[in-house]
Amino acid sequence: MSAKQANQHKIVVSDIKKNFGSAQGALPVIGGVSFTVDDGEFVAIVGPSGCGKSTLMNIIAGFEQPDSGSVRVDGTAQRGPSPKGIVISQHGSVFPWLTVQQNLMFGLNDAEHGARHDERAALADHYAAMVGLKGFEASYPHELSGGMLKRAELARAFVVKPEILYMDEPFSALDALMNMRMRTELLRILAEERHTVLLITHDVEEAIYMADRILVLSPRPTTIQASFQVRLPHPRKLASPEAQALREAILRELGL
Amino acid sequence: MNPSSPHQRLAKILPPLLVIAAIVIVWWQVVLRSESAIFPTPWQVLTGAWELAEDGTLWEHISASLLRVGIGFGLAMLVAIPLGLWMGWVGGAYRTFNPIFQMLRPISPIAWIPLAILWFGVGDVSPIFLIFISSVFPMIVQTTSGVHTIERRYLRAAANFGVSRTVLFRRVVIPAVLPEIIVGMRIGIGVAWLVVVAAEMIALRSGLGYLIMDSRNAGNRYDLVIASMIIIGVIGLLLDGATRLLERLKTVKWRYVR
Repeated sequence: MSAKQANQHKIVVSDIKKNFGSAQGALPVIGGVSFTVDDGEFVAIVGPSGCGKSTLMNIIAGFEQPDSGSVRVDGTAQRGPSPKGIVISQHGSVFPWLTVQQNLMFGLNDAEHGARHDERAALADHYAAMVGLKGFEASYPHELSGGMLKRAELARAFVVKPEILYMDEPFSALDALMNMRMRTELLRILAEERHTVLLITHDVEEAIYMADRILVLSPRPTTIQASFQVRLPHPRKLASPEAQALREAILRELGL
Repeated sequence: MNPSSPHQRLAKILPPLLVIAAIVIVWWQVVLRSESAIFPTPWQVLTGAWELAEDGTLWEHISASLLRVGIGFGLAMLVAIPLGLWMGWVGGAYRTFNPIFQMLRPISPIAWIPLAILWFGVGDVSPIFLIFISSVFPMIVQTTSGVHTIERRYLRAAANFGVSRTVLFRRVVIPAVLPEIIVGMRIGIGVAWLVVVAAEMIALRSGLGYLIMDSRNAGNRYDLVIASMIIIGVIGLLLDGATRLLERLKTVKWRYVR
């Protein structure tokens, strides 16, 4: 899954700045961040905790506006959230009052995904099966484990065929084993359905395992401090000398 | 939740039954020893209640009270739920109406009795009005706070999927608030039942509250007074149990399992 050559970048982030207002004055959180993401590329952003990673993601996904600078997706300015780019976050947002199938059908509408209920249900069930939730379509989220809940959230995103996935610490609430399993799972699905992915994480190994390119953020007010291309074939071995060398280089950037 | 054996179930209900039995025995002994001419024994209460049940008046009183609660509480729900949703969703509506509701809420519904009689006279409307007043405020407050405590991640997800306002309300806001609405209903039905009995004590010709006052006035029938009190307690328990059943609905269970 190498970066595709494209005349136009999928996402263009130019010189984003954001302050948090307070009584004493503005606290600068993002101090001018610029980068591009190509169509089909998997870019990971790693940074120390509290450096404004999530704020940056919120701005790029359209949930917040920057104080200055701009975000352009497919050449048009980002004005707000849309199904074109779905956010997967740490704590998840699978609706607890809907079944797995109803959750997956939430983002589907008559115009795009078939006017008949059973057409949409079939589409939802297809994606439930893809993430390994076959047989759990009628279950409620509180009846599922943390890993299954995360699968449901991924499926709910994939079913609307978003061009971009914004992943904000997607697997960090899971235990270590499930975390690793979900990485592999995500890569398997991404091989089937091509998406552009922007991943925010504090986990350097997670970034090395999945991303095509890794951007390292500085402490607040955050800027992009370094960028690493990951030229390792999938499936990647984190214990390989190349991966370890990369890990150390990134950790050095993070001051460790 | 676990299927319990008959033995375990017995172990659960035995202690409260023993407490009730102890109260009845003590009561009986005290009445016998004090040789009270007015205060009835448990047996007299039982026969008194049986008398009323047999001639049918008991059922008339019970259904009169339940009907008033049903109408007053139903109207309160019709007003409180939409109003609470609106106040929760629209900041301006909250700032405008919340202070007045917070001020009206602590006024005991009993304090409204003179006004109820002035406005609606002595009839069925006054107690219905009092029940409405007593249950509408807790349900408004609960619904509003339900909207305020919807987790933002769910609203964000809905915005992300680009759903219409109708879908947002129908599929996210209302189901998210439903558990709080049910809590509000439990509080509301509880106070409504308290108030109907009090309201019926004021000059009406039916209802369990009337039955209590009438039994006392018509020849100190304290056996019937106590029988009515016990019946009121049991019905209150059943009403609460009925609203509790709503908490078992699949779509609201998530709120209570964790």
